[in-house]
Amino acid sequence: MTESETYDALNGIFREVFDDEGISLTPETAASDIPEWDSFNHINILIASEIKFGVKFNASEVEGLKNVGDFVRLIQSKLAAG
Amino acid sequence: MGLPELYWLPHAEDFDARIRDLKQSKASSSDLVAGLVNLANRRLDFLQTTRLDRIFQKRLAEIEQSDAAPARIKLALLASGTVDHLLPAIRVAGLRRRLSVECYVAPYGQYAQELLNPASELHGFAPDAVLMSVDVAAAVPQLPLELDRGQVEAEIATRIAELRELWRLAREDLRAIVIQQTVLNRALPIFGQFESRVPAASGALVRRFNLALTEAAAADNALLLDLDWCAGQIGINRLGDEMLWHHAKQEVSPAMAPLVGDLLGRQLAAIRGLSQKCLVLDLDNTLWGGVLGDDGLEGIVLGQGSALGEAYLAFQRYAKRLSERGIVLAVSSKNDARTVEEAFQRHPEMALGLSDFAAMEVNWEDKPSALQRIAESLNLGLNALVFFDDNPAERTLMRETLPDVAVPEVPDSPEHYARCLADAGYFEAVSFTADDQRRTQQYVANRERKKLEAKATDMKGFLSGLDMEARIGPFSQLDLARITQLINKTNQFNLTTRRYNETETEAMTTDPSVATVCTRLKDRFGDNGIISVAIARLDESADEPVMEIDSWLMSCRVLGRKVENVVLDELVRQARDRGAVALRGEYIPTARNELVRQHYAELGFAPLTTPEQSNGHSRWVMQLDDYRPQNLEFFKVVRADD
Repeated sequence: MTESETYDALNGIFREVFDDEGISLTPETAASDIPEWDSFNHINILIASEIKFGVKFNASEVEGLKNVGDFVRLIQSKLAAG
Repeated sequence: MGLPELYWLPHAEDFDARIRDLKQSKASSSDLVAGLVNLANRRLDFLQTTRLDRIFQKRLAEIEQSDAAPARIKLALLASGTVDHLLPAIRVAGLRRRLSVECYVAPYGQYAQELLNPASELHGFAPDAVLMSVDVAAAVPQLPLELDRGQVEAEIATRIAELRELWRLAREDLRAIVIQQTVLNRALPIFGQFESRVPAASGALVRRFNLALTEAAAADNALLLDLDWCAGQIGINRLGDEMLWHHAKQEVSPAMAPLVGDLLGRQLAAIRGLSQKCLVLDLDNTLWGGVLGDDGLEGIVLGQGSALGEAYLAFQRYAKRLSERGIVLAVSSKNDARTVEEAFQRHPEMALGLSDFAAMEVNWEDKPSALQRIAESLNLGLNALVFFDDNPAERTLMRETLPDVAVPEVPDSPEHYARCLADAGYFEAVSFTADDQRRTQQYVANRERKKLEAKATDMKGFLSGLDMEARIGPFSQLDLARITQLINKTNQFNLTTRRYNETETEAMTTDPSVATVCTRLKDRFGDNGIISVAIARLDESADEPVMEIDSWLMSCRVLGRKVENVVLDELVRQARDRGAVALRGEYIPTARNELVRQHYAELGFAPLTTPEQSNGHSRWVMQLDDYRPQNLEFFKVVRADD
């Protein structure tokens, strides 16, 4: 999966989680940009991404995420590692 | 094993479009409810579930005002971990059963304080049911490994006693049904498979703890949300994992919320009497392989000798077992009636016989009409029926024509039929009574009574021919489960449709100002069990004390037998005992109880209001000085005294 395909898929997940068709993610998008991005929705994004991309995140990886760019890099590295 | 996907529900192909429609919907609130219930009955993942719940909650006020308003139940969640992420799935699972669940989550880890403090938000919320969920670390102590079995059991008994004290508070102070979650055995073994041989090892401890919990629940009439069992079905690491626990204190993964929500939703629906009661089965390729009309008695596949034949037999045996616990079986099949009768009588491998079915619709008519006739003949609502048919076209037609009937997606191959039915959880129980075990016999006896009725030339002759014996008196402790069941599931002969849980009915038995009447009916065809319940409360605020009839209901199986006259005698007797000078009754109309609109008029009560004044709601009174007992000659009345 290319980086841009990952962004597209993740964008779909965000639109579903926040029920907002207008969401358009950039690498800089962070929790502070989306008012409803609380801990509850944060976990929902992680779990939905695990299902969508067929990967598992661990606690230390999840702790370090600052924005969507970080998250996409994490997903890409997991996908590359197979 | 596909439990997490709610695989018995059909897919929601056009989910996004339908959500968009519902969001913008200007439709009437009853169409809105229908749309929401329809989507809730689709196979939704956790994000779809959350989106559906958002619309439901947003339009809730409007929905609850409408004619199509779902029944309501208030659930308090008291947990040692995070449960907020389960709420959308719990509410959607309720919606799936036309139940609106209002949730309150006690502050994280504060359940004991909230229960103990009468001024807490929990007490203000006044829940109907309380879910108590305790994670393994909070429930089970770490013990020194050298403790022997007796010492370990004493430790567990102490913990269980503490929990039971909390249950007691929920039951007595909140008047709520207790649902206790079993403890998820996340303890990691330190002895490997030898773990369960060491009583104080955590793995062994949790097993014993859950067993003790089950016994305590039976003693205290608490329900169990059996997550430990669920973990055994789907795998504990699928249900949740350590990352979620450490990161968010979630024992259950959001991805599993639809499943856990459904397990709980079933119980809440069962508390409200909304579990399904009747399984309607197709025949060809459902109870046996092949087409009876084409393949003949010798050609159908059933029984030992082939894998498929054994699979169909196993499904028949499962259905038979369901009927033994009180689920009514019926048949809807496009077939020739005589060929089918012959097959049941003559095929040597049939586990089910004709007498196991309370209704048979074997003809060439459409199946939705057949199910309507089955519901009518058994005095059940359409929402009490499950339709199990291998033919996808019949299932689709049924869902479109009768959306209240539950229609599971039937697996492709018969070896999965029974598990599908079990996993779908249509028949969730909150009690198991002697009457449940006799149910099919009772329906069969009813068919015999109808034959007698057809023969008798006058009503009195028919009633005398029945040799009826009514056993009547206040609620007894032993009967509370059945009484509560009847209060929650009777819709037609029900004057006020007030629902009470077992905690509340138990409280009535010790309140001297409350008169309770429970009636059993026997006749020459068999024992009908408990068939009528009435509750009246003494109102002393007036100049002279009056008994207000709060609830009066009866099973429709015994309609037209004059049981209500016998019940009235008993109500009058108990009212006089309490010094009342009059009985007052009320009729609250619902979509299902038109049958009893004239109930009080027919018994000789005088109207206090006219229906025109108050939307069909009417109030009635009877003075007691001029009341004469009815002394019906065709009834033998036996008083079951306090």
